[in-house]
Amino acid sequence: MSDQLLCVEGLSAGTEDKPILHNINLTVGAGETHVLMGPNGAGKSTLGHVIMGDPVYKVTSGTITFDGADLTHEGPDKRSLAGIFLSYQAPVEVPGVPLYSFLRTITQKRPELRMTARQFRKRVGQIADQLDMDQSFLTRELNVGFSGGEKKKIEMLQLLLLQPKLAILDETDSGLDVDALTVVSRGIEAYRQACDGALLMITHNTRILEKLTVDRTHVMVKGNLVADGPASLIDDIDAHGFEQFERKAEAEGLTRGDA
Amino acid sequence: MAQQKTQVADVDRSLYDFVKSEKGYERYADGLTPDIVRAISAKKDEPQWMLDMRLEALEVFHDKQMAPNWGPSIAGLDMDHISTYVSPKTKQAKDWNDVPKDIKDTFERLGIPQAERESLAGVGAQYDSEIVYHNMREEVAKYGVVYTTIEDALHDPKWEPVVHEYFGKLIPMRDHKFAALHYAVWSGGSFVYVPAGVTVEYPLQSYFRLNAQGAGQFEHTLIIVEPGANLHFIEGCSAPKYYEANLHAGAVELYVKDGARLRYSTIENWSKNMYNLNTKRAKVGKDAQMEWVSGSFGSHVSYLYPTTILQGDRSSCEFTGITFAGATQDLDTGCKVILNGADTTASVETKSISKDGGINTFRSSVVVGPKAQNARCTVSCQSLMLDNISRSDTIPAMDVRNPTASVGHEATIGRISDDTILYLMSRGCSEAEARTMVVNGFANPVSKELPLEYAVEMNNLIKLEMEGAIG
Repeated sequence: MSDQLLCVEGLSAGTEDKPILHNINLTVGAGETHVLMGPNGAGKSTLGHVIMGDPVYKVTSGTITFDGADLTHEGPDKRSLAGIFLSYQAPVEVPGVPLYSFLRTITQKRPELRMTARQFRKRVGQIADQLDMDQSFLTRELNVGFSGGEKKKIEMLQLLLLQPKLAILDETDSGLDVDALTVVSRGIEAYRQACDGALLMITHNTRILEKLTVDRTHVMVKGNLVADGPASLIDDIDAHGFEQFERKAEAEGLTRGDA
Repeated sequence: MAQQKTQVADVDRSLYDFVKSEKGYERYADGLTPDIVRAISAKKDEPQWMLDMRLEALEVFHDKQMAPNWGPSIAGLDMDHISTYVSPKTKQAKDWNDVPKDIKDTFERLGIPQAERESLAGVGAQYDSEIVYHNMREEVAKYGVVYTTIEDALHDPKWEPVVHEYFGKLIPMRDHKFAALHYAVWSGGSFVYVPAGVTVEYPLQSYFRLNAQGAGQFEHTLIIVEPGANLHFIEGCSAPKYYEANLHAGAVELYVKDGARLRYSTIENWSKNMYNLNTKRAKVGKDAQMEWVSGSFGSHVSYLYPTTILQGDRSSCEFTGITFAGATQDLDTGCKVILNGADTTASVETKSISKDGGINTFRSSVVVGPKAQNARCTVSCQSLMLDNISRSDTIPAMDVRNPTASVGHEATIGRISDDTILYLMSRGCSEAEARTMVVNGFANPVSKELPLEYAVEMNNLIKLEMEGAIG
C-alpha cells in the first residue's frame, strides 16, 4: 500500500467478450496532474471508465485503491462519494430533471459540502459566472439541448461544485471552439486552486495542456501503458506523434487486444 | 450491481389501503334488476324522466355484448356480484365537522380538507355511492357559479330543466355496455355551471373514494362552461385493496361553450382490483379551449379514452397524460379527438411507464371531418419500460377526411439507458435514486401541468413505485 491518492495495480479489464486493458499500473499522488495520451482506440477512455466503476467493463485482475480504500468492487456512486469524478466525452441528456435541482441533490449527498439553500444558490451563481455561463442554464433540463461546449461547461460546473480529490477529464477538450476551450481551461485552473485536486487528463491533443503544470505523462497503446515520463514527453509526442510508441509496443509483442 | 436487474418493489399503498367498516350502511343486493334501479331512483326521489331513462338503459345494458373483442380482459368482472349501490349512513354535509368520523378520517388521511383550505374554490367528496360533503367558497357562489350534486340539481326547479337538457346527451346510453350500466345505476358526482364570462380563479375539486367491497361506483359529472367563462376542475380517485373485483363506470360530460376554457385534471389511483371503465367526453365551441391533464396510476384494468369534439371553428384541445402500469395491471388508455370545425388544433402528449410485468396500451383516435379546413393535430406518445417482462403497445388510428388538414403522430418506446444510470451514479446518486430521477424527469411534462399539491402527490407515487430492494 502506498500513500498515493490513486493506485491502480496490475489491472486488466474488458467487456464481456473482449479484453481491453492489460496489466495497468498507475499511481496519482494528491494534487498531482497526470496526462494520459495515446492514439484513438488505445483504451484511454476505458481506463477512465473502469476507474469510475462503469459496470460495462469487468475487472479480470488487479486492484483500484483510492485514498487508502480498495474500491475495485464498489459501484460508481460509492467511488463518487469517495472523491473520484469523471467528466464524460459526451455527457448524457436527462430530460425533465432541472440542472439546478440535480446540482442540489448531488451536493446534499456529501456531508462535507453541507450548506444552506441560500449559500448553495450563491455558490452555484459564482461558479456559473466563473465559467461565463448564462444563469438561465440552471433552470433548463440536465444537458438537454445544450451544445457540446455547453455540456462541457456543465461538467466543469459540477467539478467546481463537488471539488473531488481526483478529476478524470475524458477528452474534455474535444470538439470545443477556442472560446469554450479557454473557459474549460479556466475551470480546470480554478479546480486546481480551489481544492488542490489531482487531475488525470485523457487527451490526444496537447493544446489544453499548455496552461497546466504537468507532473507525469503516460502513453497508452493497444490497452497497455507503454511509456511514462515527465511533462517534456508531451512535446516529444507533439513533434513525433505516437508512431515510436506503437513500434515499441509491437516490438515488445504487446499486440493483445485490439481496442 | 452491474448485471443484476433492478428490482422495484410493489407500491406501498398504506396511504390508500385502509378500510372502514360499512356496518349500518344501506347496501343494495348484488346484481342488476329493474327493482334495484327503481329503488335507487325512489331513494333519490327523482323526476319520472330520470327513472324512465334508467330503466331504458338497463334494457340496453342487458342487450349489449359483455366483452369487447379488443383490449384487456374483463372476465374477472362478474356483474352478478357487484353491488351497484352502497350508501353511507349520513346526510350530505357542508361542514367537515358534520361528516361522520370514520369518513372524515378517510378524507383527512387523503389530505382533502387541507387542500380545500389552501388552494381550492370548492370541494365535493363522494364516499361509495353518495356525496358526503360539498362546499364552495362564498365569493365563487356570488358570481352565479353552481357546484353541487346532480341529485340536488334535479331537486332544484331552476336546474332540473338544465340537467334534463344536457344529461346523457354527449355520452348516449347506447355508446357501449358500461355507458348503459352507468345510466341505469348512476349515483353521486357533480353538477357544475359557470355563467358566461366568469373566471373561477381557484380549481373546484371532487374526490371519489370507494370504500365498500365488491361494489361499483357510478358517479356522473356534468359541467357546463358558458361562453367566455373559465374553469379548472380536478378529480381524484382512490380505493383500498380488496380481493373481490370493484367496478368504476363513471361518466363525465363537459360542455365548453364558445370562447370558454376548461381544464380537467384527474389523478386516478384506484386499488389494483378495480375495473376502471370510465367514459369522458367534451364538446368544444368556437374559439374555446379544452385541456385535459390525466394521471392514471391505479386499477387492475382500465379502458379510458377521454374524447374531445372540436365542434366550433378555431377551437383547440390539449391532452397531457401519464399512465403507470405495475404488476397485475393492464391499462388501456389514450384519447380521442374529433376535429369538425375549421382551423381547429389538437395536441396530444402522453407518457407511459411499465414495470414488473405491467401492460400499457396507448390507443388514440384522431378523426378530421370534411369541414375541418386547415385542422392541425399532433400526437406524441412516449413509453418507458423498466424491465424485460413489461409490455408497451401503441395503437394510433387516424381518419382524415379533409385534404387541407395536417395530422402527425410520433411514438417512442425506450428503456432507461445504462449510460444515464452511470452518469447519475458517478455523481453520487444510488442506483435507485438514479432510476427514480429518470422516471420523475420522464413524467415531468405531466406533473408540471398539475396544481402543486397534485404534482407532489404524483412524484410521491412514482417514488413509492420506484423505491425498494435494489438487487
